[in-house]
Amino acid sequence: MNYFPDEVLEHVFDFLTSHRDRNAVSLVCSLWYRVERFSRQRVFIGNCYAISPEKLITRFPGLKSLTLKGKPHFADFNLVPYDWGGYVQPWIEALAKSRIGLEELRLKRMVVSDDSLELLSRSFANFKTLVLVSCEGFTTDGLAAIAANCRFLRELDLQENEIDDHSGHWLSCFPDSCTSLTSLNFACLKGEINLASLERLVARSPNLRSLRLNRAVPLETLQKILMRAPLLVDLGTGSYVHDPDSETYNKLKTTILKCKSIRNLSGFLEVAPRCLPAIFPICLNLTSLNLSYAAGIHGSELIKLIRHCAKLQRLWILDCIGDKGLEVVASTCNELQELRVFPSDPFGVGHDAVTENGLVAISIGCPKLHSLLYFCQQMTNAALITVARNCPNFIRFRLCILDPTRPDPVTMKPLDDGFGAIVQSCKLLRRLSLSGLLTDQVFLYIGMYAEQLEMLSVAFAGDSDKGMLYVLNGCKKLRKLEIRDCPFGNMALLSDVGKYETMRSLWMSSCEVTLWGCKTLAKVMPRLNVEIINEHDQMEICAEDGQRVEKMYLYRTLVGPRKDAPEFVWNL
Amino acid sequence: MESKVAYDNDLNLKATELRLGLPGTDDREEQALFSARNNKRPLPDTSKECGSKKNSDAQHVDNETAPPAKAQIVGWPPIRSYRKNNLQPKKSDQAEAAGIYLKVSMDGAPYLRKIDLGIYKGYPELLKALESMFKFTIGEYSEREGYKGSEYAPTYEDKDGDWMLVGDVPWDMFMSSCKRLRIMKGSEARGLGCGV
Repeated sequence: MNYFPDEVLEHVFDFLTSHRDRNAVSLVCSLWYRVERFSRQRVFIGNCYAISPEKLITRFPGLKSLTLKGKPHFADFNLVPYDWGGYVQPWIEALAKSRIGLEELRLKRMVVSDDSLELLSRSFANFKTLVLVSCEGFTTDGLAAIAANCRFLRELDLQENEIDDHSGHWLSCFPDSCTSLTSLNFACLKGEINLASLERLVARSPNLRSLRLNRAVPLETLQKILMRAPLLVDLGTGSYVHDPDSETYNKLKTTILKCKSIRNLSGFLEVAPRCLPAIFPICLNLTSLNLSYAAGIHGSELIKLIRHCAKLQRLWILDCIGDKGLEVVASTCNELQELRVFPSDPFGVGHDAVTENGLVAISIGCPKLHSLLYFCQQMTNAALITVARNCPNFIRFRLCILDPTRPDPVTMKPLDDGFGAIVQSCKLLRRLSLSGLLTDQVFLYIGMYAEQLEMLSVAFAGDSDKGMLYVLNGCKKLRKLEIRDCPFGNMALLSDVGKYETMRSLWMSSCEVTLWGCKTLAKVMPRLNVEIINEHDQMEICAEDGQRVEKMYLYRTLVGPRKDAPEFVWNL
Repeated sequence: MESKVAYDNDLNLKATELRLGLPGTDDREEQALFSARNNKRPLPDTSKECGSKKNSDAQHVDNETAPPAKAQIVGWPPIRSYRKNNLQPKKSDQAEAAGIYLKVSMDGAPYLRKIDLGIYKGYPELLKALESMFKFTIGEYSEREGYKGSEYAPTYEDKDGDWMLVGDVPWDMFMSSCKRLRIMKGSEARGLGCGV
């Protein structure tokens, strides 16, 4: 291929959109490596500690779009202490100093400060897109800087972040000259919003296609906004509460009829169910519906709403829909591809919860289902086997039984065979989360059949090291493995140390791994960071090698131990 | 020194392991094993100890071999904290870290106290705690006559702002509707309970 000029190669590479394809291409030869790196504009870094910003900048001088992930996944569930790390500041500093013309930044589970946002907003003249998912550490002051300084901002998308809300004035910081917004999502903000500013902003943003409001935006304002933005494709309502006999509500009904483009609907953070009929006319066109924060909509109203949504492809819902409600979903939403059922009462008795019956009904009515997150009271092997047979196309299958070691309530047996059926039938399965009573057997099945598995989450399962070994030996494409409260120890950890360099990361907490095991691994594998998180002083006083390690997180890296680790994180 | 844990698999500890169920009942054995395992400390403590603290930790944890459904396990169910905090604000006040703290006033006492309603399993426990906190005795409860045999009557303010006698409604209903407690004394107290 040496007789093609570089420009031709570059042009060919332009057609490669996936990161993996571009990564693969860069390994072919040094010429391809060179052409690829100069033409690469989008980079995805799944673990911000695997590489340094300096190396990134050196290799990809044409970088325009960067995605970074910080904390381990289990940080979502409070298993990682505050201050663990994942700071974006060094990245923004390094990029700002360089000549990189950053246009897009997407962060997940990272710590973002107001200073970082301020620096970001001032350093890149063409900055267009900021997406923050499950981040923390900043306030609305940081948002004000972004609004004020990013003259060509198109997307500001804040998903499920913990943001200190100082006031609603940040919206007013968008200058009058800013007319480029296509997407604005501030649903996770808890404070008040300057409604007049919001209306004016929407009025001067003709390209706005996605708008998700927070709880502070009342129905009257929603109506006025929709008048100005009838071309919206994605809408997240704020507070959806009003008197259904009022003029405002009637105006809303009329306005919504004009919004023929809405395909994604979410929000209803506060809701008066009697006002729901206003949205029925647009339900037929919806492909995505997220009611997982709409605790105010109950059983029968929920079902009535769903009956209008025949074209749904994605549905996020609370378990108060019940098995009966899921049967309605199954009969109405035959195009469904992704379903998430969240618990409305995670610690309660769960009268409203769903069971295996709901899932079986879904599998019958929705054969295109490929992604599932299902929190339920119970599950049976028979149900899982049926689901596996009806839906062989699962890519993501995450089951969470609220009682984590509950067996099949009918047979009182472990759920090994049920999950075994899933992995055997779903040959494209990439992500799996297990729960319920499980023995080593389920891991045998996973190792044997889950050939495409990339991410596995395990809790309270298995009997011995064999379980973990089956997975490490069998799943060739495994990238992320996270384990908590399982009897896996040093023998499993150390059996195939080279495996971890083929993976992004391994998390083990409350298992049988000891300090000796972790130290041994760290010694043998210098390109892994083996971190111990220990929150109790005990370990410092007498760190005996035989002591069990509470939390271990290891990951491959090209840049050695990180320098920003707090006191309670030891890099071995 | 290496940990002995690595050799457990060879020693067939299972044969000599203490079980919580009857021998020969397979499923229950497994359940019991898993109940124990939830607490993540082996019954024979094989790892080296660091003084007495670790031992007491292990004992403390063994005492809590409650069925997992009732015990709240850290990080379970696996729901993002953001979602947990934002779903039902009222519920999260109760179910999360702080418990249900309520003010308790006693007629004649110079200052109020606070109790966590969440730690009591029912009325008897609550009343005993109040008795010990304020050093008084509550009488016998009967539906017809309220608290007989003492000057005091435990009352509470419910969601509607009304003052009710403690004990009339089921415990769960009481927990969710009680806003504050007041221990009434003297004639006011007697007026609430009896029909006379």
